[in-house]
Formats: sequence, structure tokens, C-alpha cells
Amino acid sequence: MSTAAAVVLFVGVTAYAVLGGADFGAGFWDLVAGGARRGERPREVIDHSIGPVWEANHVWLIYVFVVLWTCFPAAYESITLTLFVPLALAAFGIVLRGSGFAFRKVVLRTRDKRNFGAAFAASSVLVPYCMGAVAGGIASGRVPDGRAGDMWTSWINPTSVLGGVLAVCVVAYLAAVYLVRDSRRLGDDAMVAYFRTRAIATAVVAGVVAGVGVFVLAADADRLFDGLTSRALPVVVLSALAGLGSLVLLVRRSERGGRELAALAVAAVVVAWGVAQWDDMLPGSLTVAEAAAPDGTLGAVLVATGLAVVFIFPALGLLYRLDQKGLLPEEGAP
Amino acid sequence: MSGTLATVAPVLAAVDPLPWARAQMAFTLAAHIILVPLGVSWALMILIANYKAIRHDDRDALLLAQRWSKYMAVTFAVGAVTGTVLSFEFGLLWPRFMGRWGEVFGIPFAFEGLFFFLEAVFVSIYIYGWRRLPPWAHFWTGVPIVVTGIMGSVAVISANAWMNSPSGFTLDAAGEVVEVDPWSVIFNDAMPLMAAHMVVAAYVVGGFLVASVYAVGMLRGRRDRYHRLGFLIPFTVAAIATPIQMGVGDSLARWVANNQPTKFAAIEMVPETSDDVPETLFGRLEDDGSISGGIPIPGVASILVDPSTGTGTVIQGLEAVPEDERPTTRQVNIVHWSWDVMVGLGTALFLLSLWFGLTWWRRRDMPQSRLFLRLASSAGVLSIIAMEAGWIVSEVGRQPWIVYNFMRVDEAATTSSGVWVTFIGVTVLYVGLGVTTVLVLRGMSRRFRAQAEAGDEDASTADDVPYGPGAGAAPAGVGADPGAADGPPGDVDDDRGAGP
Repeated sequence: MSTAAAVVLFVGVTAYAVLGGADFGAGFWDLVAGGARRGERPREVIDHSIGPVWEANHVWLIYVFVVLWTCFPAAYESITLTLFVPLALAAFGIVLRGSGFAFRKVVLRTRDKRNFGAAFAASSVLVPYCMGAVAGGIASGRVPDGRAGDMWTSWINPTSVLGGVLAVCVVAYLAAVYLVRDSRRLGDDAMVAYFRTRAIATAVVAGVVAGVGVFVLAADADRLFDGLTSRALPVVVLSALAGLGSLVLLVRRSERGGRELAALAVAAVVVAWGVAQWDDMLPGSLTVAEAAAPDGTLGAVLVATGLAVVFIFPALGLLYRLDQKGLLPEEGAP
Repeated sequence: MSGTLATVAPVLAAVDPLPWARAQMAFTLAAHIILVPLGVSWALMILIANYKAIRHDDRDALLLAQRWSKYMAVTFAVGAVTGTVLSFEFGLLWPRFMGRWGEVFGIPFAFEGLFFFLEAVFVSIYIYGWRRLPPWAHFWTGVPIVVTGIMGSVAVISANAWMNSPSGFTLDAAGEVVEVDPWSVIFNDAMPLMAAHMVVAAYVVGGFLVASVYAVGMLRGRRDRYHRLGFLIPFTVAAIATPIQMGVGDSLARWVANNQPTKFAAIEMVPETSDDVPETLFGRLEDDGSISGGIPIPGVASILVDPSTGTGTVIQGLEAVPEDERPTTRQVNIVHWSWDVMVGLGTALFLLSLWFGLTWWRRRDMPQSRLFLRLASSAGVLSIIAMEAGWIVSEVGRQPWIVYNFMRVDEAATTSSGVWVTFIGVTVLYVGLGVTTVLVLRGMSRRFRAQAEAGDEDASTADDVPYGPGAGAAPAGVGADPGAADGPPGDVDDDRGAGP
């Protein structure tokens, strides 16, 4: 049963990385879109693209937290004790990001828009970096069980830096691929070309970072490295192939499948982490089975998850479908 | 860097995280709890207006529903992020609590997550779906928001109620949780009344808050039909909820008297167990156990706890439990004053509702006097104060326990010495957030009014906004869709007074 709960947890992490990640990446492109005039059109596309869906995508994070603290309270205690700083920074970033995005939409003065936009965009980079650093701290075994690990080196270390940088690259890449498709749907060829260039560039950068990361992990997190090169190897290869495939499709300006392949590539990175780390919850100090809550709790969470599948998936499906069909054009007309 | 750290680190380590953790949790919860009622109750008010709009082809109601949903988008987003901060804080501030009790305490949150997820999805569909979805289909996408809003707050309160009345688990010899019965965790004894009290509070506060904005508008002479509707819909919701709230609150107080006697002793400021306990209005408890000041009403506290035994009803005093298992004198005074404020304001709001109800019953119209409007315009803030006071009663009254009779707050706090830094950061951030939210909402209402006066619903898009997406403007290719412009309820010729 603890295995089922761990799978549920990791499905949530993966969903947040892919769906929430794309929204964070959109914030990254918003940040680098340039001055007010030059960046106007990209920002419009970005806003239109994530407006209706970001709130729902954001909830995956809450879901991950709830499953983690309910099903694996011992791990949650250790993680929050040790990784206090990056988690607090991420919480700040989430406030700035969500409110900045919501406010920018409804204010009119350029100065206000720029300030709220900057809050939204800058925190869109800060949050995935912190989350990646947290993942790196956990994966490299720097979170001890039951006590606070080092407040600083637990998240300022080679694996965490790799995790943070890779997270930012990956969400930027994912978002660029999504935005190509959204631009095409809006019939804006200039923006299609704009985001395609950026998607290709970030795909290459993400690939390079991942490649360099192999050496970082070999030196800094040998346990994780061993896992990635043995039982998680098929997933790693799948990720690389999917990433390469989406890159080829982008370069060839192919219409179909690029988005799905990009999402698959990112999901596979996260799943590879999970498989490589299995069955450790906190590598080196706590296994999944040891961290797990009593069966009554796990059962209740699995029931809630079952209900979520029954109710939320159709609702989310409806949201994405309406969004894709352009039936959610703008907020609260007129 | 390391040099600075070496000098700063010992200073940081000397800071006790507990008071900072307490202050930060209290502050962030107090802020979030203002947004909760809007999240829970505004959807209902919007749907009432929306229903009226479709059913009677009422353009004022339509405009209200559309604008309210636009405001709700902002308050919902702010509520979502401040709520997310809380889920971080459970772990960051109270890791020991989460480590030991997360497997029990977390269960209601698994369901809360479910409801919030659904709520977020349908809020998105509803607020973005105005123009293109068929009117009734669009209306129905709003209904799940009402249901999930209620269910979500019931789930959160279930977790809080569990902290007051822990049940559904077995401990081993070492005090670790070994068995959990989810059903009796969720449906713990305190849950039904506490949940009802919060859900009804959401309708009281949300209703009075929205109505108060239009009351201000009417005081300034904007007495057109649009403003009347904007006042009547939410005020009626609040006026119906307020008497219900008094009944629920009364039952809850009696439950507390029977099940959390120490908390009740703090509420009523009862130092020693006795019968014939007076209801003391305000006043203060001294360290020696005496009560100074205040207005005592003889016997009333005893009568209220159990009318069947009247003044003979015995109320357990603070001294019945050891000093380290009851709130401090200062906490007792805070709880008692908060209680009096909540009950006092609740009663005042009830009288205001009664005035409204009687006038409506006799004349089929709302009271027209400026006095009524003045009182109504302050009802929003007053109801928030009442709710905050009630929440202080609930949380401070439980001290020193985080899990009543099982874990103390000081055993639950983080050991991380950086909490005072995050407290300062959060305070600055939230004050900014609060001010900005109010300014943004006000800016929106001014713009709506300007549009109405200009008779131009697209005034917002006519402004030259060279940065970011234009407010309300869809990117080319979507807004330009010829289907977008036809038929109600999406488009309204807006030539009337508008905005709160």
C-alpha cells in the first residue's frame, strides 16, 4: 500500500512538473520578452495561453504536499526542517507570481502592468529553481531522517544547483513548445517563429545541462547516479529520445506531436528520478515503507485519489478542451 | 559571505523560533481567512444575479454577475496563493506536528485538495466562459463552485476540529500513531458544529462585505437599479445567514462547554468551578485569579450553558486543570475579549438584518434612511472583525495545545532559527498584497464606472497599453471571431451607472 501511495505522490510531482512547469516557463518567456513595446505581443500570447489554466495547474502542488505530509509524515517533517530556506523562498515566489499575474491582467497603467508583470515573471524563475534545488537536496541524500540537516549546503550544492538550473531550462523549453502551438492556433505566424526559435534553443540548452549533469551526479550523488544508470536507464533513454524527437519536429516545422513528445521528455526526467531513488524516500536514511503512514491513512488518501480521478479528470478535461477550442476567450466579459 | 555568516549565525541561533512561528501562522491565517468567505459565498451571489439575468432578461443583473465574476477572479487568485502559503507553513513552522500527526491531520486535507481542485477548474471555466458558452451551460458551470466551496471549507474545518477534538487513531507505547480510522478522524465530534459555523460565517461575511460596497455607492447618491440589485442580493444572503449563525454559534458554545471545558472557562472568564456563574462583559482576569472591571450579569453564563438547570448549572473553572495545561492569564483575556467582540458584533448585525427584514416584510422595499445605509456600509468590516475574533477564540482558546490534550504547541514548532526572517518577509509581503488587492479592486470599479459614463464598454481596450496584454482584450484571432459578438448574455450595451 505504501508503494501505491508513493506512486500517487509521484504522479502528482510529474503532473506538477509538466502542467505547472509549462506555466512557470511561460513566466520565464514573459521575463525575457524585452521592453514594453517589443514584448507586447509575446506577453499577450503568454497571458492568453496560461490565463484560464494556471489556477488549476497550480493545485497539483497542493496535492503533492497533502499526499506527502499525510502518507509520509516523517519524510515531510525532515524535508521541511532541513530545506526551510528554499521552501520559504518558493512560497514567497508563489505569492508574488499568482498575485502578480492576476493583478497585471486588470490594471491599466503601463507602470503598474510592468511592476506586476515583473513580479510574475521573476518569481516564475525563482520558484522552479527552488523546487529543483529541493529535489536535488533530497535526491543527493542531504536530508537526514528526523532532524534538521544543514540549512545551507542541503540546497547549495552541485546536485541542487543542477536540479534548479535544469528545472528552469526544462520549464522554459516546455513552455516554448506549448506557445508555438498556441501561437499557431491564434494564427500568428510571427509568434510561431518567435517561440519556435526559443524552443529549439532551450531544447539544446536543456540537453547540454542534462549531459553535464551526468558528470555532476557521478561526482556528487553516486547513489542517484547508480540508480539512473541501472534500473532507471530505460526511462532516461526514453526521455532523451522524446526530447530529441520533439527537437526534430520543431526544426522540421512539423505540426503534430511536438507538444506531446516534449511533455513526455519532461515527465520521463521526473519519473527517472523516482525510479532511480526507489525505494528510498530520503536516500540513505529513510525508505518508502519506513516513512509510510498507517494503512488506514493510506487507504483514505487512495480513496480521495480515486474520487479525484473520477471527478477531477473529466473536469480538467473539460477545461482543457474548452480552452483548446477557444471557448474561454477572456475573463469576465465585457 | 562565510565571515558574515559566522558572526550572524550565533545571533540567529539565539532567537527562539516559537513566538515567531506563532506570530507568522496567526498573521498569515488571519489574512487568508478574509479571502475565504468571498471564495465560498461570492459564487452563490454571482449565480443569483446570473440566474436573474437569464430568466428575466435582466441586463443590470447580468452586468453585476459579469463584473462580480471579474472581481472574484482576483480575490480567488489571491486566496489561492495565500492558501498555498499555509500548506507550506504547516511543514515549515510546525514540522514536529506534521511529522507525528500528519498521517491523521492530513486526511481531511486530502479531501480538501479534491474539492479545491474542482473549484479551481470550474472557477476558471466560469470566469473565462462568459462570451462563448451558451447562457444556461455557462450558468451550470458556476454551480460546482458553490458546492466545492462549501465542501472544501468543511474539509479544512474538519482538520481544525480534529485539533480540538482528536479522535480516530491508536497510539503505541512510544506515543507513535499506529492505527488510523479515517472516518472518525474526518467526522470527529467537533466537526459538524464548527464546520457549520464557518460555512455560515462565509455567507454572513461575504454577503455583508459585498453589500457594504454598494451601500457606500448608494450613500454617494448612486441609487439606480444596478446599485440596488448590487446591494439587495448580497445583503439578503447575509440577512438570512445571520440568524442561522446565532443558532449554530449557540450550539457550538454549548458543545465547547461540555467538551473543552478549559477553553470555555477562558471564553467566559471563569477562574473557579462553580454554579451561578455571571456573564461578564469584557473586564479582565488578573494573575491572582480575580476579575477586575467588566459588567457582570448574574447567573447568565450558567443559564446559557444549560437552561434546564438554570443558574444551578456548574461551569468548570480554569483552576480545574494544572496551570501548564490552560491558557495563560493574558491568553484568557484575549479569548474573553474576542468572544465578547464576536458575540456583540454578531448581535448588532442580527439587529441590522432584522431591520431590513421587517421593512421588507411591511413595505416590500429596503429601508431608505441614511442611517440604515451607513450601518450597512460598515457591516462588511464589522463582520470581518467578528469572524477574526471568533477565530481567535477558537485558536487561542485551545492553548497551550496544538492537538487538544495530546501535543503542545511548543513541542510542535520548528527548530529552524530563521523564522523571524520569514515572519518579517511575510508581513511585508502580505501588507503589500493586501493594499494592492484593495487598490486593484478599486481601480477596476472606477474603470467600470468610467466605461459606463462614457457609454463605451470597450473603454479599457481603447487605452493605449504598450506593456503586456491589454485588459479584457483577447489576442487577435479570438476576439475577432464573428461568433463572439452575437447574442446575450455575453454582450451588453452598457449605458447605466456601474461599479460599486
